[in-house]
Amino acid sequence: MKKTVDILIIGGGAAGLGAALGAVEAGAKEILLVDRKNRLGGILTQCVHSGFGLKVFGEELTGPEFASRLARKLAETPVEVWLNAFVLSISPAKEALISSRDGLYQVSAKTIIYATGCLERTPGMIQLPGTRPSGVLTAGLAQLYLNEYGYLPGKKAFILGSGDIGLIMARRLSLEGAKVLGVAEIMPYSNGLVRNKVQCLDDFGIPLYLSHTVSRVYGNHHLEAIDLVKVDEEGKIIQGTEEHIECDLLLLSVGLLPNVGILKNAGARIGESKGAAVDGSLMTSLPGVFSAGNSLHVHDLADEAYLEGIEAGKAAVNCLKGVPEHRTMTPLSHNENIGYLVPSYYDESYLGDLLIKFRCRRPKEKCVIMVIADGEIIKTINKISMLPSEMEIIRIPKKLLKNNLKTIEVILEDRL
Amino acid sequence: MKLQTTCIICPRGCRLTVEDDLTVSGNSCPRGERYGRQEATDPRRSVSSTIRIDSTLVKMCPVHTSAPFPKAKIPALMEAIKPLSAKAPVHMGEAVCQNLLGTGIDLLISEDIER
Ligand SMILES: Cc1cc2nc3c(=O)[nH]c(=O)nc-3n(C[C@H](O)[C@H](O)[C@H](O)COP(=O)(O)OP(=O)(O)OC[C@H]3O[C@@H](n4cnc5c(N)ncnc54)[C@H](O)[C@@H]3O)c2cc1C
Ligand code: SF4
Repeated sequence: MKKTVDILIIGGGAAGLGAALGAVEAGAKEILLVDRKNRLGGILTQCVHSGFGLKVFGEELTGPEFASRLARKLAETPVEVWLNAFVLSISPAKEALISSRDGLYQVSAKTIIYATGCLERTPGMIQLPGTRPSGVLTAGLAQLYLNEYGYLPGKKAFILGSGDIGLIMARRLSLEGAKVLGVAEIMPYSNGLVRNKVQCLDDFGIPLYLSHTVSRVYGNHHLEAIDLVKVDEEGKIIQGTEEHIECDLLLLSVGLLPNVGILKNAGARIGESKGAAVDGSLMTSLPGVFSAGNSLHVHDLADEAYLEGIEAGKAAVNCLKGVPEHRTMTPLSHNENIGYLVPSYYDESYLGDLLIKFRCRRPKEKCVIMVIADGEIIKTINKISMLPSEMEIIRIPKKLLKNNLKTIEVILEDRL
Repeated sequence: MKLQTTCIICPRGCRLTVEDDLTVSGNSCPRGERYGRQEATDPRRSVSSTIRIDSTLVKMCPVHTSAPFPKAKIPALMEAIKPLSAKAPVHMGEAVCQNLLGTGIDLLISEDIER
């Protein structure tokens, strides 16, 4: 079956919902939003805790409330929503193959917004030593089991990685009656928000082992135990520090990766955030194809994913009049104190301000951020402290950016 | 006794010190002051969980307390909500249970689940 639309949005999470609402606001009429799940909201529906919406709604909401608020807004628009529909592939000509309940569809779109969220790093990806029994799973998967299926995957749990999902799950498991024995973090600092450490670990007396990792997993059919070890400054295991811990559940909260498979297969270039390389309008290297949310780079806050979606939605509408023929693509670069930066390019034909988002590589106190265009400092921001777990966003007004720029550099340095 | 704690009201996570006379320092905004005082006298936490639901879409329905709940009573709260269940359609903000354990705090539905 065939169908033609102006804008196709892949993914109905915070970013996809933002994209749809942004596109409607900018005047688009024929919008199709597709999600493989049976309801809107993406990852939000399994994040039953509160901590969402401060920036967008000015109040603290649970994940499902944030999702339902956006879904209610969407219901007032003419956006067509297909649920239980899986996008199999897209092409540079912006044709998408979609498997839905009524069969296979070929959808031709003028623009596509790709907002498929992220994937969790697995035991294989971190080369976790030992066996692969049941009971070793990613924290987000455990969250899905517990919060959406009502299934408690273990009674005595250990958590590897201090990312927010791991911390949130430590509390959730404790509330449901499981014993959480500890959280190990290989870095000398916690990767989650301070407030999550306080309310998810300290409140339940759960120890956080910094500079520690799991050196071995035991159990043939089901997880029986793990070895917890100390690591040195370089992250190498210190022999003789092993502590044997019996447990039936090991959760991994060791990072997220943008879900880019479909975009990559279509030939889109990948950036250093591991999501698509985009320009300032969030357009990928495929003209007319945009990306936003966790599939572009991992966001700590759903609010930011949503706002980025809105930007992508507006930019996509702008592009309906015609894809820019010539894209300038001035590269953005950064120094070693910055982990990654989005966007990868600046295209001067886009009329909006340039939003630069990045994370520092290590925690920093008293530092300065400078944006340098062709050797000239165009923006300076002083910061009291910065953490890798908190994304930094700087807005460069369009008027500060000259035409024909060769380079834009973002520098993060200690302040003397 | 002097209390050292971390404000959990917003992601900034200010380090607070609450003196015996309940003066608070270290906060960056008035909400932190209120939190510090509350934490020193009657600590409370927002609680989110799930209850069973009769629905064609989902098995569990997310719920949360209408206000931060007295910390010491949270284990009892978790027991009290275990037997609860809902039937679709439900909408966010609807109360599943009122005046939980006599606190005046209600248990609210977090998500619109239509069928
Ligand atoms: C455990 C956890 C705790 C968090 N805590 C907080 C918090 O306290 N506060 C906060 O602000 N943020 C928090 N976040 C972050 C926030 O939830 C996310 O950044 C945000 O919701 C991501 O939105 P998204 O739209 O990019 O991705 P997602 O919500 O993942 O949406 C992607 C959607 O795309 C769909 N999809 C993917 N591939 C396809 C395909 N091929 N075809 C069709 N559909 C597809 C998926 O089904 C999904 O619905 C948390 C995240 C997690 C995981
Ligand atoms: S004191 Fe204010 S700024 Fe600091 S964490 Fe609390 S609410 Fe946030």
